[in-house]
Amino acid sequence: MSFWDYLGNRHQQLLSDAFQHASAVFQCMVLATVIGVLIGVATYRSGWAGNIATTATSTVLTIPSLALIGLLIPVVGLGVAPTVTALVLYGLLPVVRNAIVGLRGVDPSLVEAARGIGMSRTARLLRVELPLAWPPILTGIRVSTQMLMGIAAIAAYASGPGLGNEIFRGIGSLGSKNALNQVLAGTLGIIVLALLFDAAYVLIGRLTIPRGIRA
Amino acid sequence: MPETTETKTATSESGARPTEARTTGATIELENLTKRYPGSREPAVDSVNMEIRAGELVVFVGPSGCGKSTTLKMINRLIEPTGGRIRIGGEDVTHIDPVKLRRKIGYAIQSSGLFPHLTVAQNIAAVPKMLGWPKARIRARVEEMLDLVGLDPGEFRSRYPRQLSGGQQQRVGVARALAADPPVLLMDEPFGAVDPITRDHLQDELIRLQHELHKTIVFVTHDFDEAIKLGDRIAVLRERSHIAQFDTPEAILTNPADDFVSGFVGAGAALKRLNLTRVRDVEITDYPTVTVDDPLQEIFNKLRSSGTNEILLLDKRGRPYKWLRRGDLMRARGSLARAGTLVHDTVTRDATVRDALEAVLTDNAGRVAVTGRRGEYTGVVDMETLMNSVHELLEADRLDALEHQHELQEARSPRTHAEQEGTGPGEVQA
Repeated sequence: MSFWDYLGNRHQQLLSDAFQHASAVFQCMVLATVIGVLIGVATYRSGWAGNIATTATSTVLTIPSLALIGLLIPVVGLGVAPTVTALVLYGLLPVVRNAIVGLRGVDPSLVEAARGIGMSRTARLLRVELPLAWPPILTGIRVSTQMLMGIAAIAAYASGPGLGNEIFRGIGSLGSKNALNQVLAGTLGIIVLALLFDAAYVLIGRLTIPRGIRA
Repeated sequence: MPETTETKTATSESGARPTEARTTGATIELENLTKRYPGSREPAVDSVNMEIRAGELVVFVGPSGCGKSTTLKMINRLIEPTGGRIRIGGEDVTHIDPVKLRRKIGYAIQSSGLFPHLTVAQNIAAVPKMLGWPKARIRARVEEMLDLVGLDPGEFRSRYPRQLSGGQQQRVGVARALAADPPVLLMDEPFGAVDPITRDHLQDELIRLQHELHKTIVFVTHDFDEAIKLGDRIAVLRERSHIAQFDTPEAILTNPADDFVSGFVGAGAALKRLNLTRVRDVEITDYPTVTVDDPLQEIFNKLRSSGTNEILLLDKRGRPYKWLRRGDLMRARGSLARAGTLVHDTVTRDATVRDALEAVLTDNAGRVAVTGRRGEYTGVVDMETLMNSVHELLEADRLDALEHQHELQEARSPRTHAEQEGTGPGEVQA
């Protein structure tokens, strides 16, 4: 069976896997963004807290993904739980680091001007600092998403959802006539998804970064 | 906080004509205001006492690091004082919520401090929005403020700060500071980052604004010339914000309190003094004039009968046109079109005496025509009258200053012992 025939026969299965893959990455990314920005906001003002946050999140990234998911199985079980936990943990670093860098990069004289015209602490953060730090944060989210696309494939090891299942099935039945097609379909599917997400981020950037600070 | 201290309850609607009595500013009193940073033995600002009248523009001037900016920022408590009190419009604001306090005090800083991600309109609307004004009122106010600072609302409302020149950004910065109609405006070296020509324009604009609005303005600069140009009174500060002299520009120029102040005033105090006087305040002499419509014979007669060598020829609308000498008409064979030298420089009655002096010095005959509002002839100033006026002016200043100093010493003697060492005689308020 040629690759195209394979796609034709299995497109329903593939689409559903691709959808689950995208949905898992998207949801984990939303969680990672919220947690990452909160960590950034909580730590950017102090030198050591910011460094600890960056170091901790980058340590997570050095753990091999297969190992992390393997370690999570006895703790949270199989299926969705280890997938979400692992993806969120991996997704944190770029967001946290860029949030801290972005927030620290806001011109101090602007923050003082905001204080001077009577903005409260919260108003300063929401109306001045975060909007100005948004472009680097969005870049962090974008990098994270690309990374998570690949890592999500590993989640199939813990019976997680997504295109990883296709790849693992292929690897598990090496030598059979569809093995190569399965691995190829899973991999290409992930690449296509990654490109689609990237395009979406360009659009989001256009829509959410004010014209006054767009590069 | 009371909006008005003297008269008037009306707000500064744009159409309304300002009157002399109108004051929308509030008094500011600083009492033993001190800032001490942990870990340093000397306070950064040491016990400043100052009374600023409502509607007055006071300039803090001093070398860098003298604490003038720190003192300013303590007024809106961007820097919390470690001792002393601040009263604005009679109300003690030393311990009220600083966020609420700052919404009632305009604040403009160097390089404008505009938020780059917000449009001009959104920047100006920042404070009214926080105060919860209704949308329609905010929109109207934004238009009004843009008009006030001389920017066309239609063109500039939806621009972003980076699409403006430095001078325009600074104007928007001032508009934002004034948007909620605060009685007090603090300006921290606002014109420090713009080129000299733009700075000059912005200073003129500020003077005009202040004539309309009568806010209480505290302005920090290290440029003494700027201080002289803008200030109703100038506080010359030395290290730790000690007040070396607090007085009118005239008094500081003619009678600096000590060597520190005279060093700061710099050379050419008499020349700088000329910037403070307008042509209308000096003697303007009348000059024989004729108009282009007069018959030639009459012009000849006038020339002959006048004691001077020269008469001034005015055009149809009464504006100075040509200087005519006795021989000019002969040489031009009676043609007015060819005779005489064109008037190339005139000064208005609102020009500074310094400008007039400049014009007189560059004119080859040592005189310049003075014109009214529509360019019509009102008189002439020449070297001699100018010199006399300036001498009288300086003499009057000197007498004033002496008298003033005398009063100060009398007022001061009972509390001399209480005064801290190093506070200058100018500190006590006149």
